Amino acid sequence: MAVQEEKPGWLGKSVRRIEDDRFIVGRGNYVDDVVLPGMLHMAVLRSPVAHAKINSIDTSRAEALEGVVAVVTGELLAQHNLAWMPTLSGDTQAVLATDKVRMQGQEVACVIAEDAYIAHDALELIEVDYEQLPVITTPQAALEPGAPVIRDDKEGQTDNRIYHWEAGDEQATEQAFAQADRVVSLATHYPRCHPAPLECCGCVADVNPATGKATIWMTSQAPHVHRTVFALVAGLPEQNIQIISPDIGGGFGNKVPVYPGYVVATAASLLIGRPVKWIEDRTGNLISTGFARDFHMEGELALTDEGKMLGLRVRMLSDQGYAYADAQPSKFKAGLFHIVGGSYDLAATHVVTDGAYTNKAPGGVAYRCSFRVTEASFFIERLVQTAAYELGIDPAELRRRNFIRADQFPYTSATGFIYDSGNYEPALDLALEKVGYDELRAEQKRLREEEGRLIGIGLASFTEVVGAGPSKNFDILGLKMFDSAELRVHPTGKAILKLGVKTQGQGHETTFAQIVAHELGIPPQDILVQHGDTDNTPYGLGTYASRSTPTAGAATAVVARKLRDKAREIAAHLLEASPEDLEWDWNRFYVKGSPDQSKTIQEIAFAAYTDLPEGMEHGLEGVNYYDPPNMTYPFGSYAVVVEIDRGTGKWEVRRVVAVDDCGVRINPMIVEGQIMGGLTEGYAMAAMELITFDEDGNCLGSNFVDYLLPSSWETPNFELHETVTPSPHHPIGAKGVGESATVGSPAAFVNAVVDALAHVGVRNFEMPVTPDKVWEKLVEVGLAE
Amino acid sequence: MTQISVTVNGTSRPADVEPRLLLVHFLRGKLALTGTHIGCDTTSCGACTVLLDGTPIKSCTFLTVQADGREITTVEGLAQNGALHPLQEGFKEEHGLQCGFCTPGMLLVSKALLEANPSPSEEEIRWALSGNICRCTGYVNIVKAVQWAAKKIETTPVG
Repeated sequence: MAVQEEKPGWLGKSVRRIEDDRFIVGRGNYVDDVVLPGMLHMAVLRSPVAHAKINSIDTSRAEALEGVVAVVTGELLAQHNLAWMPTLSGDTQAVLATDKVRMQGQEVACVIAEDAYIAHDALELIEVDYEQLPVITTPQAALEPGAPVIRDDKEGQTDNRIYHWEAGDEQATEQAFAQADRVVSLATHYPRCHPAPLECCGCVADVNPATGKATIWMTSQAPHVHRTVFALVAGLPEQNIQIISPDIGGGFGNKVPVYPGYVVATAASLLIGRPVKWIEDRTGNLISTGFARDFHMEGELALTDEGKMLGLRVRMLSDQGYAYADAQPSKFKAGLFHIVGGSYDLAATHVVTDGAYTNKAPGGVAYRCSFRVTEASFFIERLVQTAAYELGIDPAELRRRNFIRADQFPYTSATGFIYDSGNYEPALDLALEKVGYDELRAEQKRLREEEGRLIGIGLASFTEVVGAGPSKNFDILGLKMFDSAELRVHPTGKAILKLGVKTQGQGHETTFAQIVAHELGIPPQDILVQHGDTDNTPYGLGTYASRSTPTAGAATAVVARKLRDKAREIAAHLLEASPEDLEWDWNRFYVKGSPDQSKTIQEIAFAAYTDLPEGMEHGLEGVNYYDPPNMTYPFGSYAVVVEIDRGTGKWEVRRVVAVDDCGVRINPMIVEGQIMGGLTEGYAMAAMELITFDEDGNCLGSNFVDYLLPSSWETPNFELHETVTPSPHHPIGAKGVGESATVGSPAAFVNAVVDALAHVGVRNFEMPVTPDKVWEKLVEVGLAE
Repeated sequence: MTQISVTVNGTSRPADVEPRLLLVHFLRGKLALTGTHIGCDTTSCGACTVLLDGTPIKSCTFLTVQADGREITTVEGLAQNGALHPLQEGFKEEHGLQCGFCTPGMLLVSKALLEANPSPSEEEIRWALSGNICRCTGYVNIVKAVQWAAKKIETTPVG
């Protein structure tokens, strides 16, 4: 082997995605593509009203329709103790309503039929007698004394409060405020929106009557957790439950919870003895499945006249809908919202959170967000911007004066987070340089004064907390939030990697193969990444909260290193050398000082099955369950430039400059794809996405005509840049990136619109910042044309 | 039941269908062409886009009987003789897809665009794609993928 092969350097290489080959020819395998012999179809009857007592349900006409096999009601499920199920945050949620419906769109009955058209026909024939009850649509109303108790099914629940949770030091914070020269406040609502993955939820449940084995193809971001929940809900032995999450058409948090449709389809298959398919329609998805946000936030920042931040107080009230169904660590009732201090060195912070039941869909899932860090980041970045105007300090300069300095890491925040690494100022500087900040400020002033045009420049310097998480602090329903990787190298040097996490488009089949390639020198195209099938992957908590790379990515590196250790022993045997005398060079061991005497990983793999040192166990495989020592803290600075049309209130995005620091980038192409996707959803939240309700609890965002999503036409272009500050505790220094841009960018967009009108005293717009809101403000301040 | 004959990806497919059967269900259910997806049920998202005599339509709100005697192209009909269409290559090359759910619709709209306009501007591409929603990519790379394909078609000798 005289010629030195080019070292591929798999880390940091934009390998084209392995999974694309099936998607571009229409050969993906999504849940709705699964067809089984004898398969039946299920359709769901949903409540048209938001709060009502169910007096009766008459299914006789539906049952009589030709082709209908069964109609399932809550009463039937109750006979099998299946009418209610646990949520991932330890509350309960109805599978099918028995006593009452508590939100519009709640599942009331299901029809199982020979074909989906017949199943939907039969829904029309079910008669339900509803006796309407008073509807509560805001958490403020829910917590009023004497408000009707929505969850009267729960023993001991005498009001609509779900939790009260505090973080930080109240007394120290009060002292900080007592010393402040200035106190700046902000009250705002991060409105309810919906992740709306393009593929709705669904499943195919196949319970084999002979063996009792339940195989369930399911739109699941967390198949192992779902298997355990199924075991708990249905009482099925866990070894008889196989969840297969095949290709998933986007998740963004929406496919983390367990939904009633999955449970009813599985119960129906068990009772009927045939496979049952349930595919949700879009309205069902939007009105009944995990929404996001709906946080009412207010708070104050204590500052000196020079702009030094002394303390932060925040109060938050969340609207959880009729069930507390956030998928979040059990220790943290409002998720990780208490990271609300963001990128700033705050000596004192106090955060008070409350959650309330309302007659709306349950959820509060994280929409491309690590457990409410999105709301926290939005709030502090909006508040800092407000403070800048009030103190007359440039918003970039105010941030710079208060950043946690590079020499302060690891940094312990006032609410108990230990930031692993960061270097905030260079990221801000790069964003300012790329956007041309100083010139823009001059242009903004000139255009305003000379032409009456309204340009706005919005900044956000966010810090995330992702990669849940260390088992001492993080669990879901008691399940510790480790994750896993199992690696087997076959005799021919090809490999299979099995993960506890599950992609919904993030590119795990390529990225994770690159980690193995980096550690072992096996090219990515020689590695099959398997995930989503609970019978064939090690246990893990799933993909959400930007946790895959920090947890399972770490597990992949660790297990590959385990195999390399064994490979060293085998190579020593093959080379008749001592293991300590070998050096590793990207895909081979060689004898120190004799590079020609070497064995490649492929040769070593063959020997693992054919020619082993005496006494060594055969094979080259291993598994790692990785318990991360800390969370990771990606960060970045975004700059957005907008112009407001004074004739309509419409705002146009002129520039989006995004500097992201997610530590070491495994596949830069995929990382940038994640950032652009996140920026688009961040823009969407700032500009248009809204799930709202009328006073009767009717959902006004129940389809893609009413719930606006950005298309290629209005989505701006993005200018991406990076700094690299590796995570000190992650095996390859990576931090996770899937959600950075949805966390960081909404504040940058809103700040930009506010900035365009800051000179006339405008300090806030509520999201989504629709043209009508801007128009009203233009009229109010006398700038409408 | 109504008797129809539709040509799908170059093959004649006679069938007896219920008049109310949506084209997307015919393609997915009766012909097992599952590359065409359903995203919204209301003609809003474009995941179900196919070509009808070369023109993009949303097959979730199109009756199968309306396609009688006409030609349908789905994503499965894009590659010819085992060779990928330049758009398919472009989407992979420019990372124009993530979860892949919108991709078939995006590919077909782009095919119709490039046939009508072989070298579209960015604005023309964005306008052509504006009836198709992607939740993952942010569109920038989809636009680049279409540009990649346009360039490849332009520089590939015919025949």
